[in-house]
Amino acid sequence: MKVLGLLETQDQKFKKTAYEVLMAGRRINELTGGSLSGVVINGDAGAIAEAGAYGLTDCFNVQSDLLQNNSSMGVARAVAQLAEDRGFDALLLPATAAGKELAPRIAIRLQAGLIADTINFSLDGEHLVASKPVYAGKAHIRAKIETPRHVYTIRPNIFTARKADSPATPAVTDFSPQLSENDTRAGVTDVTRATGALDVAEAEIIVSGGRGMKGPENFYLVEELAGAFGGAVGASRAVVDAGWRPHAEQVGQTGKTVSPNLYVACGISGAVQHLAGMSSSKVIVAINKDASAPIFQVADYGIVGDVFEVLPKLTERVAATTGA
Amino acid sequence: MNILVGISRVPDTATKVMVGDDGRTIASQGVKYILNPYDEYAIEEGLQLKQKHGGSVTVVTVADEAGKDILRTALAMGVDKAVLVRSKEESDSFGVAADIVAVAKDIAPDLIIFGRQSIDFDSFQMAPMVAELLDWPSVSIVSTLSVDGTTLQLERDVEGGKETITTTLPCVISAQKGLNDPRYPKLPDIIKAKSKPIEERESTSEATRVSVIAMENPPAKNQGKVLGDSDTDIAELVRLLHEEAKVI
Repeated sequence: MKVLGLLETQDQKFKKTAYEVLMAGRRINELTGGSLSGVVINGDAGAIAEAGAYGLTDCFNVQSDLLQNNSSMGVARAVAQLAEDRGFDALLLPATAAGKELAPRIAIRLQAGLIADTINFSLDGEHLVASKPVYAGKAHIRAKIETPRHVYTIRPNIFTARKADSPATPAVTDFSPQLSENDTRAGVTDVTRATGALDVAEAEIIVSGGRGMKGPENFYLVEELAGAFGGAVGASRAVVDAGWRPHAEQVGQTGKTVSPNLYVACGISGAVQHLAGMSSSKVIVAINKDASAPIFQVADYGIVGDVFEVLPKLTERVAATTGA
Repeated sequence: MNILVGISRVPDTATKVMVGDDGRTIASQGVKYILNPYDEYAIEEGLQLKQKHGGSVTVVTVADEAGKDILRTALAMGVDKAVLVRSKEESDSFGVAADIVAVAKDIAPDLIIFGRQSIDFDSFQMAPMVAELLDWPSVSIVSTLSVDGTTLQLERDVEGGKETITTTLPCVISAQKGLNDPRYPKLPDIIKAKSKPIEERESTSEATRVSVIAMENPPAKNQGKVLGDSDTDIAELVRLLHEEAKVI
């Protein structure tokens, strides 16, 4: 298949998801043959050149002043025009806030089927099949798209970005979409980022606290351990509902579904809704004084003990290992 | 302001998901179904906007007969009108979006609100799909919203922060937890909702674009290593994370 991957940027640099989309594209090429191109919106030449290290050989740079406002409507239409113009068969987008807003619009424009939150690709005969978690990861489905064109969003932290054996110098083609102001309604007027805080959806290591932390004043223990790991702070639904922690940190079925390399659950018993949100983490550590807590059923490593005694010691040991 | 709220019926979050006999869908026996939790925020936002700006709130779901349960929940919360679009057996998101667009074209709302995701397939796709079909702007995962005439100012959650977006009506949004505090329907309203009319329509949607081949439970994990809380155990955990799991 001729695959086009949307390369997401922040402050003119490619985000990690851009390289993950390239990895997913390479996976499709391995299965079906074909080619892989990237597309970036008002991209920076330096950043595109750097992406050669991750196997980007061919990149379209969509140039449009109307897209400076990052309107999802406008970006979707520009990418759909490029896909039609150059005859791409499959479009890949990251399953991020931006990608989730764009992919359904692109699918409608291209009369294409869409599978969201893909975690794997395989073949059914010659037909490409995508796997995705459903019911917050309590089950997975394998599904196929019946239309000639395909659109997929790629779940973050699954297709691990790896540098190519030999870096490429990407060939860059500028593309000018046909857009009017009517196509770029709903523009982003401001972006505020939580200063210094890493988001659970993007973090490779997450340290989460639950009711066992006994109160918001004790979360510094979770924060310090997260700091020693260089990870993000997460929280269970119970502590978010109690107002101890912001909703942005909530992991679980009604919060964020995460798949970090390491998930450390501190004083979290492991309600089915919480397990759904984090059980696809690559390595899980549970610290809980109740040895029968369900969290231990999904944990690779468990410490049965009191978080108030264990966390300070663990923080010290981790910091000594990571040098944080 | 006329508002259309799209809602869905999903398994309760405490459900243990088992694969059904067809190998492609969930075994529904013994499963408690509820109004999708995020849809409560969507309905509440509709009701509050009506309170401030006048107009009406209509809810729609694309489902079989059982969808009437959640329509009655919405009626008990105070919406003016409920529509059931009877779905075809093998409909996908594109079919549902097309059915909702057909209802929207009849009632000409100023604003369409969904929950940010339906907690069954977790695809976050209904709001942008419906918006693109109508040629309207959309803003997903909205945590604050203010209306001034036909101008909407919204904040939405993105990775590591918030985006502020300005747009105009008509528009489609999806509601994030925290947008408001959904009301609990009162018992007399629940009783009254049982006898309120529900408008029924047939799905007119096209053929499906995505077909499910198989549903599987994720592989069970092997029993992990459980340690105590001594200094030696904690040192051992850090060694395992470093040398065995290689995550630090």
